[in-house]
Amino acid sequence: MNQLLINSGFPWLNLLVGLPLAGALILLVFGKDTISRQLTLIITLVNALCTLPVLHGFDSSNTAFQFAHIYTWIPQLHINYTVGVDGISILLVALTTLVMPLCVLASWTYINKRITAFMVCLLVMESAMIGVFIALDFVLFYIFWEFMLIPMYLLIAIWGGPRKSYASIKFFLYTLAGSVLLLVAIIALYLHNGTFFIPAMMWREYGQLFQLLIFLAFFLAFAIKVPMFPFHTWLPAAHVEAPTAGSVLLASILLKMGTYGFLRFCLPITPDASMLLATPLLWLSIAGIIYGGCTALAQQDMKKLIAYSSVGHMGFVTLGIFVFNLHGLQGAMLQMLNHGITTGALFLCIGMIYERNHSRDLAKATGLGPYMPWFATFFTFFSLSAFAFPGTNSFIGEFLVLAGAFAHKPALALAAVPGALLAAAYMLRLLQKVIWGGVNNPDQSKLSDLGLREILVLAPLLLFVFWIGLGPQPFLDYMNPTLNELLQKLHEWQQGQQGMSLNWIF
Amino acid sequence: MLILPELVVLGSALLFFAVSLTGKPQPQLLRALALFCGLAVLACACATSRMEGLLFFTSYSISPFSQLFKVLLAGTFIFVLISGQRLTSIAAAVQAEYYLFLFLSVFGLMLLVSANELILLFIALELSSFALYLLVPMRDDSGGLRPQMEAGIKYLLFGVIATGFMLFGMSYLFGLTGTTSLATMFNAVQQGGMPPLALVAFLLVLCGFLFKLAVFPFHFWVPDVYQGAANETVSFIATLPKIAAVALLIRLMQLLPPGQEPFLVLFFAVLALTSMFYGNLCALVQDDIKRLLGFSGIAHAGFILLALLTLKEEGYGLAMYYIGAYVLMNLACFLVLCAIAQKGENLRIADLHGLSKEQPILAFILATGLFGLAGIPPFAGFMGKFLILTEALNRGHLVLVVLAVINTAIAIYYYLLVVRAAYTVDATAKSTETPPPSLLTTAAGITLVIAIIIVGILPAKLIALASDVVQRLG
Repeated sequence: MNQLLINSGFPWLNLLVGLPLAGALILLVFGKDTISRQLTLIITLVNALCTLPVLHGFDSSNTAFQFAHIYTWIPQLHINYTVGVDGISILLVALTTLVMPLCVLASWTYINKRITAFMVCLLVMESAMIGVFIALDFVLFYIFWEFMLIPMYLLIAIWGGPRKSYASIKFFLYTLAGSVLLLVAIIALYLHNGTFFIPAMMWREYGQLFQLLIFLAFFLAFAIKVPMFPFHTWLPAAHVEAPTAGSVLLASILLKMGTYGFLRFCLPITPDASMLLATPLLWLSIAGIIYGGCTALAQQDMKKLIAYSSVGHMGFVTLGIFVFNLHGLQGAMLQMLNHGITTGALFLCIGMIYERNHSRDLAKATGLGPYMPWFATFFTFFSLSAFAFPGTNSFIGEFLVLAGAFAHKPALALAAVPGALLAAAYMLRLLQKVIWGGVNNPDQSKLSDLGLREILVLAPLLLFVFWIGLGPQPFLDYMNPTLNELLQKLHEWQQGQQGMSLNWIF
Repeated sequence: MLILPELVVLGSALLFFAVSLTGKPQPQLLRALALFCGLAVLACACATSRMEGLLFFTSYSISPFSQLFKVLLAGTFIFVLISGQRLTSIAAAVQAEYYLFLFLSVFGLMLLVSANELILLFIALELSSFALYLLVPMRDDSGGLRPQMEAGIKYLLFGVIATGFMLFGMSYLFGLTGTTSLATMFNAVQQGGMPPLALVAFLLVLCGFLFKLAVFPFHFWVPDVYQGAANETVSFIATLPKIAAVALLIRLMQLLPPGQEPFLVLFFAVLALTSMFYGNLCALVQDDIKRLLGFSGIAHAGFILLALLTLKEEGYGLAMYYIGAYVLMNLACFLVLCAIAQKGENLRIADLHGLSKEQPILAFILATGLFGLAGIPPFAGFMGKFLILTEALNRGHLVLVVLAVINTAIAIYYYLLVVRAAYTVDATAKSTETPPPSLLTTAAGITLVIAIIIVGILPAKLIALASDVVQRLG
């Protein structure tokens, strides 16, 4: 267990989890609506800064879990508080801490009732989200994973749109019902291994049926979170009704947890079952890409449009994961980041429109371009990024995924390509209408352009759009060793298990 | 010294008896007195928590196990008293008697957890039950429909039937073993192997406690009693007797000689599953919050049986942990319900609309209690469920565990309905504004919230303690 962990000095990761939680407690006790915004912004900014030493100190040539810390928690069941990051999780942690201050800024004027409670929810969310990515103990992971539902539920339920009641309860029930069997799977793995330490569960000999059942329990939980095609129905409702910050958190971070789960748990813990079921999963991903694209094309509600486009984008991620080659995995990881940046930014943009004209209706937001030049600029770039225009971040990600899919099975890549086309169609439709519109645009001349605060919210995301788009190597460097090792072990495993996998007709 | 807590409870009951004779006592004074007596009981229970001994010709045993339960009972009782700070639904004329019976019931429960003898067990159980049978119809009649009378009669009749089963079983046990002492009873049986009749008799004795815990076929009193009795009374019925019932179930299971495991497991598994499914499915369609909590209590009783059917000390310890957690969360819910119901009326889910805006603290306490009952981490309910599921799966009950987690998924819905009413729906032209809760209620509620979280995230010491006292019992 020790060779998997590098214990290095200051517990930065504990700080990342603990600081927002402590901030939430302070706000809960002393919070006044007048200062809670500022305080939350400071806390989230400090947390973002605290990510820098982690990013800097991370040894990307090493595939071990770094910045790790272990504390005994429940000795009777061998449960420890274990945290650490590797190449897969570190970028997601960084994404989380990057997005949080932007969410606070984006809610600066939009949230005007019960501000303190809102900020407490945001801070608790941050803590739980970071916790999910850094937990190396399965119980700890599960606690963060489930706990997150409460603040997210409240974010939608209290500050949401008109159908918040329905959307919030659907979100909660769907995700929770999906993850109850995950708990059984976790316990079963514990009873098999005698530990809840996640790396100790990987690459073990389990029975074929055992693996299959574990995989299915994992799959249900993660596929709902992603969401993969037939399990996606909670997503549009939740996205549409959530306040802007809630939509951004959902899109940028929460959806990543599903794909993170596939990478972290399904592949290493149940490799046989993953390979056995990869083909149907790949086709489900394709179905998600096409379905998400087609549905997005038909939406009049801008938030719904972006929500359905998320289904498509996340389809690319799962596609990349289950082709089991380096390009696919790299693409999937990058696409997770890209989706977090781009879709988060698009939700922020829609939120800015909503703050001005109080509608998410596409028809009421046409022809904004002449009156909001700053907005038009940002929105154009983010839209280009959303359909993977060369030079933007998503191009690299989608290209890698498609390359991986070609290497795996050309038919698969061919089936995914229409998805990329659809993305261009629905994003250009949105872009065209919002910026230029038609001959009967509503009168938008009263709308003000973006203020400094709003520009500050969008600028960092735009920076990353081009950074990843033009020079993705630093990001790839972080993840490459871990992904390489994962693949290598997967192939070794495959060699050792020749003849056990079934041939599917595809 | 060993029975100091019991003596203080009895003394308090007598004190209230004396007060009830003096005509019209001040309600404020009564409540302060009750709270003071309750605190005295808790202090005595804590002071004697490490003592051990056998009293009254070995019929009364003071062990770490019984003392831990007495502390739990006394602590829970304090919160029940705080919930009843206003006691609006009990007529002022009978409030002294109300407290008299409350203390008598606690007295009976405390005797029960120490009972080492079948006769004493029976007397203690009846003492605690009869006090409760009287408390239920004491509710002030507001609507003129007298649901409390119906509830009281139902409680009495079902209770008497359960007691009848229990007595029947006891008579067989006595006939087969020739003794009423729990400690030596099964020694005699064991020598000649356990006759099937002894097992049947044993299960009949358990019925009395399964009734108190509201396990499936013994649950029929639950919804009507919860609905008919005053809010404050229900917060007592929903917590203290269940604690004692778990104590006695553990105590009796401990005594059982080995040899009948498959049958016992099957018996408890059927009861556990039917309780869970019945409780959760019925709770889905409830509108009255107390009824809803009653059905949820049936489902939680199923989880406790799941812990008991592991037939191991660890499992029994977890049952203790679970009942403690359950009681904390239930107390949080009832504390809020009693604080909101201004005239002591029954609350429907719709009555909670707008609560989070008017009373954010109360809404928060209620939400914590409900999320805890639903089993969401990091609250105590999750840890209890998780530990029990782990233990049950460890004993190989995979199907049971899977069905149990499916039940937790079902349960989320109705808990969430209540939270939704409190948080997402705005109040629609309320006639009366809820006044802010008293300082005592707020403090008690926040204490409960903190306790629910602490018990949930730091369970190691508690389960060690619980399994330790269970082991020293044997």
